[in-house]
Amino acid sequence: MNEELKVPTMAEYMAEGKQPEILFWVGSAGSYDDRAKKISKAFVKLLNNAGVDFAVLGEEESNTGDVAKRAGNEFLFQMQAMMNIEVLNAYEVTRIVTCDPHSFNCLKNEYPSLGGVYDVVHHTQYIKELIDTGRLSVNGDTYKGKRITFHDPCYLGRANSEFEAPRSVLQNTKATLVEMKKNKRFALCCGAGGAQMFKEPEKGDKDVNVLRTEQALETTPDIIATGCPYCNTMMTDGIKAKEKEDSITVLDVAELIANMQ
Amino acid sequence: MSYLPNIIFAIVLVLGIGYFARNVKKLIRNIKLGREVDASDNKGQRWKNMARIALGQSKMVVRPIAGILHIIVYIGFVIINIEVLEIIIDGLFGTHRIGLKVLPESVYGFLIGSFEILAVLVLVAVIVFWLRRNIINLKRFKTLKGWPKNDGNIILYFEVVLMCLFLVMNATDTSFQQLGTGNVISQFIVPWFGDNPETLHVIERTAWWLHIIGILIFLNYLYFSKHLHILLAFPNTYYGKLTPKGQFNNLEAVTKEVKLMMDPNADPFAVPAEGESDEEPAKFGASDVLDLNRIQLLNAYTCTECGRCTSECPANQTGKKLSPRKIMMDTRDRLVEVGKNIDTNGGEFKEDGKQLLGDYITHEELWACTTCNACTEACPVSIDPLSIIMEMRRYLVMEQSAAPMELNNMMTNIENNGAPWPYNQQDRLNWVNE
Repeated sequence: MNEELKVPTMAEYMAEGKQPEILFWVGSAGSYDDRAKKISKAFVKLLNNAGVDFAVLGEEESNTGDVAKRAGNEFLFQMQAMMNIEVLNAYEVTRIVTCDPHSFNCLKNEYPSLGGVYDVVHHTQYIKELIDTGRLSVNGDTYKGKRITFHDPCYLGRANSEFEAPRSVLQNTKATLVEMKKNKRFALCCGAGGAQMFKEPEKGDKDVNVLRTEQALETTPDIIATGCPYCNTMMTDGIKAKEKEDSITVLDVAELIANMQ
Repeated sequence: MSYLPNIIFAIVLVLGIGYFARNVKKLIRNIKLGREVDASDNKGQRWKNMARIALGQSKMVVRPIAGILHIIVYIGFVIINIEVLEIIIDGLFGTHRIGLKVLPESVYGFLIGSFEILAVLVLVAVIVFWLRRNIINLKRFKTLKGWPKNDGNIILYFEVVLMCLFLVMNATDTSFQQLGTGNVISQFIVPWFGDNPETLHVIERTAWWLHIIGILIFLNYLYFSKHLHILLAFPNTYYGKLTPKGQFNNLEAVTKEVKLMMDPNADPFAVPAEGESDEEPAKFGASDVLDLNRIQLLNAYTCTECGRCTSECPANQTGKKLSPRKIMMDTRDRLVEVGKNIDTNGGEFKEDGKQLLGDYITHEELWACTTCNACTEACPVSIDPLSIIMEMRRYLVMEQSAAPMELNNMMTNIENNGAPWPYNQQDRLNWVNE
């Protein structure tokens, strides 16, 4: 599906003296993680299909510093933030979309007081916007009759009170949406937040992602949908731990919609 | 001699309220040991939160059984205490049921009748609470041991005794029973006490005195108990976090230094500006209660140890040591310890070789947090255990370089190549063509 992906950079736009509608913040996971790269591509496919004028920073993008901040390294976070803000402000960026709720939260809430004030949206919000304004059409019965359960990423849901956009986008799949007992505001974390993604868990009797996967399995889904590259990894690992990888797939909301294009 | 009861009453009242006031002063002093924090913004929203969350109990009913029972006890407590006003006036001026003299009989009867009904409802709720704590053994209560467990039960016993005394006092008050109004419940227990007028009078007086003394003891018990929440829930919800849950504060001291580092015109050998030179270099993060801010310390005193935070915590649910409730209880215990230290050392804190980090809260607990905010969402009174965990992580990383090794690797990668993994920044756009 990666034929003909058009991913212009801000530098290219600048050279032509143009300004894109929106900056796509790919994020470290979206750039380097094999699973997350597929999400980036799926989202770009949607942007291309909707005719969105967008650009990425490319080599000029650096880690938001979010994970360093959650780990307690405020220095590293602020260094990263100020470097990124310098680049973003130089390009006069006003609107940013990202597939990573952690980047979303960090850019939206923690950059402003350091001088980086942007309208930041999560890709599920942006896809909803594209569908609602008629720029992106979603048709077909790819997922008709399937059961999809949505796992709320903490930093999109509880942290920023966005519960409806991903669900509203998923409505377009014509699948049956089933909710886990713990959902929305009360959703259980996948276990990756707060820098846990990058370390071994402390001693316990179970891994958090396995517990969350068990909660998802209670809904007997065909697909576990999520909107975060880290949640995606954790839930995919959980499905493997439960030996369900043959019957259940973990997909990002953007991938589900891209597969219907 | 006829004024003796009035005088004794006045002395008891002054002692009871005076001792409480003294402890409240101490409590405020302890909270003020924390760092100053500006919460003067959004007054309208803050009042609204207090009305909705503390007064309106909106977050209690997320768990309906405990929530509704709690609302009964809460309403009962607030309303029945109107009766205390009458007791105080009667006690000071030697009157008997002054309410009857200033209110129409029907209104007075209605009031006392409502109190009696509430008293019974409170009794029922308290019994269920006791069963939940001691027989049903809900996990969040089962994990409490020692003083916190006893504290929870003592509060319940207090309430049982106070409610019973109130009903006995009404049942044995012959003139009140003869009114035939307001005794909706107490009339049924009248036969228990026989019909000897003198015995009845003695029982009535005893119940009356024990009731007011009991209330004063309970008032003073608060300071030592988790039950402080009945007062502190109000300021605590007022000062609760208003920004999105995901937004962590940016340390200003760090901003200053980072700006200096990134400013190409900064002179690294510059003499600090006048007035700045004496400043102690800022300590990053928190290793003890004095490094926390006043709202965090208020949080600690407000915590009623219900354990909703811990029961929602992903780390705790999967058997890790982290418990947000324990973070709050440890913070309070340490703050009380520091307060006592100050009291015994003539107003100065004397180094005791202990601190919150390590002696109360272990590294293992802190590193188990996923920062998911389930605890702050679960708290019925807007306590933020996550902010304390974060402050302590900041101390560990920035003051002690004591992060787990994998995290140090991750941070080195970000520093060197702008990603948590060892990939080259020049390869950031490779995904497009893979």
